[in-house]
Amino acid sequence: MLRTWRQRLTITDIFIWLIGLSIAGIVIWGTISTLRQGQYSASIWLDLTIKGLALGGVYALIAMGYTMVYGILKMINFAHSEVFMSGPFTAVFVALGLSSSGFLDRQPVIGLAIILVVSTGVSTLIAVLLERIAYRPLRNAPRLVPLITAIGASFFLQYAFRGLYGSGSFGYPAIKALQHSWTFAGIQIYETQVVVIIGAVLMMVILFGIVQWTKIGKAMRAVSEDKEAAELMGINVDNVIVFTFALGGASAGAAGILYVLLFPVVNFYMGFFPGIKAFTAAVLGGIGNVPGAFLGAIILGLLESVGPNLFLTGLGIPSPSQLKDAIAFIVLVLILIFRPTGILGEVISKDKA
Amino acid sequence: MFKRLSIVISAVAVLGMILTACGPAASTYTCTDSIGCVTIGPTDPIHIAYLLVVSGANSALGTDSRNGVEIAIDDMGGKILNHTIKFDGEDGLCSADGGQAAGTKLAADPTIIAVIGTSCSSEARAAEPLLSAAGFVTISSSNTAPDLTDPTSPNHYPGYFRTAHNDKIQGAAAADFAYNFLNIRKAATIHDGSLYADSLQQVFADNFKQDGGTITLQTSVTVGQTDMSSVLASVASGSPELIYFPIFLPEGAFLIDQAKTTPGLENTKLMGADGLYSPDVMKTAGAAVEGFMVSSPLVQGAAYDAFVAKYVTKFGEQPINIFHAHAYDAFNIVAAAIQKVAVVESDGTIYIPRQGLRDAVAATKDFQGLTGVLTCSASGDCANPVIGVYVYHAGQYPPELIWPTKYLPTPTP
Amino acid sequence: MNNKSSYWVKTLQNGVIGGGISLLLGMVGLSLAFGKTFVITGVITMGQIFVLAPFLFEAYLSVRNAPSKKPLNLLFIGGLCGLIGGAVQAALVLIGEVVNLRAVLVNVSPDLFALLTFNLSLLPGVLVLLGVSLVTGLVAFGVFLLPSRIRGALSQSVMVIVVLGLFRDLIVTVILHWGVVQYAFLWIFAQSGLNIISALIIFVLVGVIAYWSSGRDRKAISLARTPRQQRAVRWGTLGLLGVLTLLLPVILGSYFSEILDNVGIYILMGLGLNIVVGFAGLLDLGYVAFYAIGAYTLGVLTTSEAVGLLHLSFWLATPVALVVAVAFGVILGLPILRLRGDYLAIVTLGFGEIIRIVVLSDWLKPLLGGSEGIQRIGKPVIGTLALINQQQLYYLILVGIILAGFIATRLKDSHLGRSWMALREDEDVAEAMGINKVTTKLLAFAMGALFSGLGGALFATKIGSVYPQSFSFIVSINILSLIIIGGLGSIPGVFIGGLVLVGLPLLLSQFADFRYLVYGAVLVIMMLMKPEGLAPEARRRLELHGEESGPGPQDEPQVVNKNPGSTGGD
Repeated sequence: MLRTWRQRLTITDIFIWLIGLSIAGIVIWGTISTLRQGQYSASIWLDLTIKGLALGGVYALIAMGYTMVYGILKMINFAHSEVFMSGPFTAVFVALGLSSSGFLDRQPVIGLAIILVVSTGVSTLIAVLLERIAYRPLRNAPRLVPLITAIGASFFLQYAFRGLYGSGSFGYPAIKALQHSWTFAGIQIYETQVVVIIGAVLMMVILFGIVQWTKIGKAMRAVSEDKEAAELMGINVDNVIVFTFALGGASAGAAGILYVLLFPVVNFYMGFFPGIKAFTAAVLGGIGNVPGAFLGAIILGLLESVGPNLFLTGLGIPSPSQLKDAIAFIVLVLILIFRPTGILGEVISKDKA
Repeated sequence: MFKRLSIVISAVAVLGMILTACGPAASTYTCTDSIGCVTIGPTDPIHIAYLLVVSGANSALGTDSRNGVEIAIDDMGGKILNHTIKFDGEDGLCSADGGQAAGTKLAADPTIIAVIGTSCSSEARAAEPLLSAAGFVTISSSNTAPDLTDPTSPNHYPGYFRTAHNDKIQGAAAADFAYNFLNIRKAATIHDGSLYADSLQQVFADNFKQDGGTITLQTSVTVGQTDMSSVLASVASGSPELIYFPIFLPEGAFLIDQAKTTPGLENTKLMGADGLYSPDVMKTAGAAVEGFMVSSPLVQGAAYDAFVAKYVTKFGEQPINIFHAHAYDAFNIVAAAIQKVAVVESDGTIYIPRQGLRDAVAATKDFQGLTGVLTCSASGDCANPVIGVYVYHAGQYPPELIWPTKYLPTPTP
Repeated sequence: MNNKSSYWVKTLQNGVIGGGISLLLGMVGLSLAFGKTFVITGVITMGQIFVLAPFLFEAYLSVRNAPSKKPLNLLFIGGLCGLIGGAVQAALVLIGEVVNLRAVLVNVSPDLFALLTFNLSLLPGVLVLLGVSLVTGLVAFGVFLLPSRIRGALSQSVMVIVVLGLFRDLIVTVILHWGVVQYAFLWIFAQSGLNIISALIIFVLVGVIAYWSSGRDRKAISLARTPRQQRAVRWGTLGLLGVLTLLLPVILGSYFSEILDNVGIYILMGLGLNIVVGFAGLLDLGYVAFYAIGAYTLGVLTTSEAVGLLHLSFWLATPVALVVAVAFGVILGLPILRLRGDYLAIVTLGFGEIIRIVVLSDWLKPLLGGSEGIQRIGKPVIGTLALINQQQLYYLILVGIILAGFIATRLKDSHLGRSWMALREDEDVAEAMGINKVTTKLLAFAMGALFSGLGGALFATKIGSVYPQSFSFIVSINILSLIIIGGLGSIPGVFIGGLVLVGLPLLLSQFADFRYLVYGAVLVIMMLMKPEGLAPEARRRLELHGEESGPGPQDEPQVVNKNPGSTGGD
């Protein structure tokens, strides 16, 4: 067995492993020196971890929508970032209206529900329109064509919303009912953070449940395995695809509201970076499956929050948080070196570039 | 299609040559200007262009400035010397390549008299050589890099002016305020990777250290970043008394909001610069904005309130940040200079000497603008050298002026 | 009848869609932004065209797809469709009178209402609006009735008028450059747009020419030529194109040379990405990384500022920059050798972002300048001539493109090129056939990095400084869109894609705020209409339109023996 293993191993594999191991080595060395320096106390690390988890939860919500559409259509839906943006950017006006009339303080639950419904509704509408106008005619085109269409649609939507609502930023009103915080092990844990993490877990369970245990979910899985066979078995492929987009859009709209609980500012380009991060998270976890996207997103959130200070302070690099995206991508490369299809991904049999 | 088009063009040209009979009318004015003169016919407009960033993530900056100029034009009745003002321009994209492309286009148009722009200093470094060579007057409402008006710097070109503050002035004022008025001895700075912020925080840091203070950390965030936890944790580890972050929205709002929840920074003072003088700061930072300070030109007063009212009526939204005030003043300075040097003939033709216009702008003295009393220096700085520091109170806009004390409104008895 | 009654519903739908599109254009502010831009002075503005064109379009579609061909029915259909579109706009105006829509939708302003109601007060304005939209619908009906040749000619002349009127400023800039000749053309234009007389003349002229040329069967004419004539035509056209290419900067002036320079640099990079994505099938979303590396290496090596390293001249530093870019191409190519498909895409995207973050970082500021960037980059100097302005740099870029085009064309038909294509089609089969995956993939990356690095170096020297903001993800996307719109894998496609995608936004700077809106819409529309690109490889066109053609490849020239007597001899 060792001999076949040695035969299969090529120089390139060794090179790649070396690169992977050296990156890992630098990361570990940096971590150890940071901890030895002791610049940050344990409670700071805990605080950063909690914040990272909350951030990861937000990324998870967006990533799961991304990965569902990818699973069915095998296309990178770049315009998902704008689907994500459209919900909270529209709902902010409703929220401001409710807040200034005092309704939001008197009836926070109903108020939040209204905002959530508006946001989800708008995002779903945009997602369904997108599918109908831009993606459906290109169902059978080679994969790069829908990619460009998605990019074009992303630009179009961004600037359409800029034209509609203006180029300034808007802030979500603080919700008094969610201002509570608890002290734990020397740090503050905020109610908003808890809501986000629970919301992300809940969403994952719901989405996973829909895909695994409902009839329409079974249809989704069938279409993603083999579109023609599914059609032959009597599944209305068009409806399934519209449903998937609608589901992805709805989850993006809901994600938007949870996002603004943590980061209460909306503007027309707010979707761009979270969209790329969500895509990274989905790939990290193995693209095409929902729990993978969730896991990848949590890891990404933790890396962004804890990573820069943990890995780089020890190496004496100034302004480490400027490099946090670089860290995220390098870790992505690292993981993909050792697991080329993502953490929870299955080995793809014949799908090519 | 191409062939057809060329046939059309030639046919039209022939027809045109037949129809074109008269040449330009005779004139009594000879241009003695060292660069040249712009001739504006009796029915031609006065062409003033802009080079601002109106698309992309920085679009708020350029759009706001452009809006300020449009209000200035409206206030003049849309005309200078009885000629309509034609105001259009190019998008600089807040990058050197954008600036070069836009600058090339504007430089190719000889009807342009003056350019209001640029938005970003990187645009200016690429565009100004072209605009200056074309003979235009360039006046910027938001460039702050010191080298643009430094006569010893290769980036300084004749004909360039600005009504925005030189970083050297604003950074020094902020350091002076922090060290002498607030008695802060330990500060940290955060920039966002833009030339403006990086340069400004460096000037602040240098002046602060010169005064005798300690800078615990100089770090940065990236534009588009929403989670500030890691950068705030590293700032917190140095326990500064003040954090100076001369950046823009929304990163500024996130920092204000999240500093309050970072262990170690709950009571640290926060200070920004004129990029954060905006009603959007109020709207987006919520209750945490209480006590947040910004340095900014001295704009408050009845004239500014009237301006804001006009802005809201015309554009449907509140002014986005403060640079529109600089833009308003910039346009008015140019308009005043044009009125001073233009040679008007009886039939309405106007001649504007280009070098004469530059000299007139450079000679601007005690000009009453929205940002104060402005006097231009020969190297191009027209801004009022007095910087004010304001503090935000939750739910209240505009923020309250707290420094320099001699400009504070006297309390009514 | 069932068919007809359901078609009324469809007509209603089309009317609402037309109204909706017009509404959207109004709400995002596009109609208003062009409300003052005249296409024909005093007659019609571009803003009005934005309002009315969707009605015309949808009404025409309704009329064309109607099941019943009776003229009276079609008249009603067209009119109804237009009217509904107008009704949607009118509803907006009426609602806007009561509710302050502006608090949310910033562009739904009194100015927009004035545009929609033709500057009349409310009630007469709304009535006029409805009337005009009804007329628009009827015009669509009328256009449908015309024979197709006249219709074609009509649409061509309208398009020419709109283009000339909209781009008046740009065209005038070029004309002013021509010295004495300018007076022959300047009179066509008024202060904004065309003046009425010239519009009429051009309308008639273009219409007549279009009508005449649509009657000629171009293919038959070109096939009827003898081989000698064909050769003459081919060489003549090539020669003319060559001379034109060399003279373009002189004819067009500095602004267009600027556009051409940018187009040229993008074409150069497009040729490189075409190899990676088009030939080898490796989806690279981080192409901007090598662009940045080439630009920054040149910057660091040639700058006269303190941050520079060796203060070399442009000609010495460029080969070094190319070597560095290729080295990075290999280094960055190694970890991704085993990745496929979208995993490859995201990792390459990551690399692009990593390089951008690194050149922006404070960490490497002493070496790379950080946010200050690197200035005073050396210009290419030949003897005593420094290539400093856009027109001069054009020739340098042209040389670069010719070199790159030559290399790409030779590679395409070489053993390496075929290995790439085999890899693209099926990696495992290629490996089974004996192709060394590793070296082939790395070579693809290396070649791509080479062209991109060259593009970066030329970019750096053209601007004279580099800042991190110029190297964002958008650049990678632009180059990818360029090669796909041009036709993946096809080399002439890169040129066409470059002209369309890079030249267009620069020309569209009229649209300033809406530049990306239009750009996005163009991308989507292009992909919907011509997914194989504008100048695709023959094989691709087959793949995408295979079902539409008859048996056998449709782009092979048909050997038609029209004149059995002449067999091609002299």
